[in-house]
Amino acid sequence: MKVIVQHDKLDPYEAIVHHETTELESGKHGGVVSFVGTMRDFNDGEDVSAMNLDHYPGMTEKHIEEVCQEAMDGWDVMDVLVVHRVGDMYPSDPIVLVAVWSAHRAAAFDACRYVINYLKERAPFWKCEVTTEGKKHWVEHNSEDPGVAKSRLKSA
Amino acid sequence: MEIDVKFFASLRDRMGRTSDKVTFDKEAATVAEVWDQVSSEPMPSNILVAVNKEYTDLSQALKSGDEVAFFPPVTGG
Repeated sequence: MKVIVQHDKLDPYEAIVHHETTELESGKHGGVVSFVGTMRDFNDGEDVSAMNLDHYPGMTEKHIEEVCQEAMDGWDVMDVLVVHRVGDMYPSDPIVLVAVWSAHRAAAFDACRYVINYLKERAPFWKCEVTTEGKKHWVEHNSEDPGVAKSRLKSA
Repeated sequence: MEIDVKFFASLRDRMGRTSDKVTFDKEAATVAEVWDQVSSEPMPSNILVAVNKEYTDLSQALKSGDEVAFFPPVTGG
């Protein structure tokens, strides 16, 4: 399991390949499911030209790690990688990568959705958007996903 | 005892500072008492609280050196 919070630009596909070749044993996993969150150029009816993502160093990483551990404990998955950007970004920039490796696809799909949903709910990040007119405003809530119920966890 | 206080995002803008230090002339205090020291207004109902980077609530008892953070709902991912 690896969690990275970085200011640097994120190339999610390179990160997947790098993690797979350096951290996973070749030939043991049957697939990788990934979610890549990218920045939109619109939100709540306004055109958005830039965004700053704030976080709480230490607490952010700790809570992402907890969510990843829950996914590792809850499904038959081999590894989880999360890379989340902070700082200034622009439309179409990748913001977050969640990648889950497993022997079989069902566990990887469910665990990936679990990690992104609970990361969005618990990890302390805050988006501040800049509109095309130059107005700054803090995003007050994330969109919702009914998600993977905790009852789907294998231990439940 | 001394408590480190942090503010994030829109609350940081509203408070006009990123951090604060609160001192009590006693050995026990709660998060609610810390809020009363840093603001003359009641804490907005949507504000979340963490002590030493774990979510908690206003009733949590504190010890000297604890780090208390106040922030709005999170919007990552």
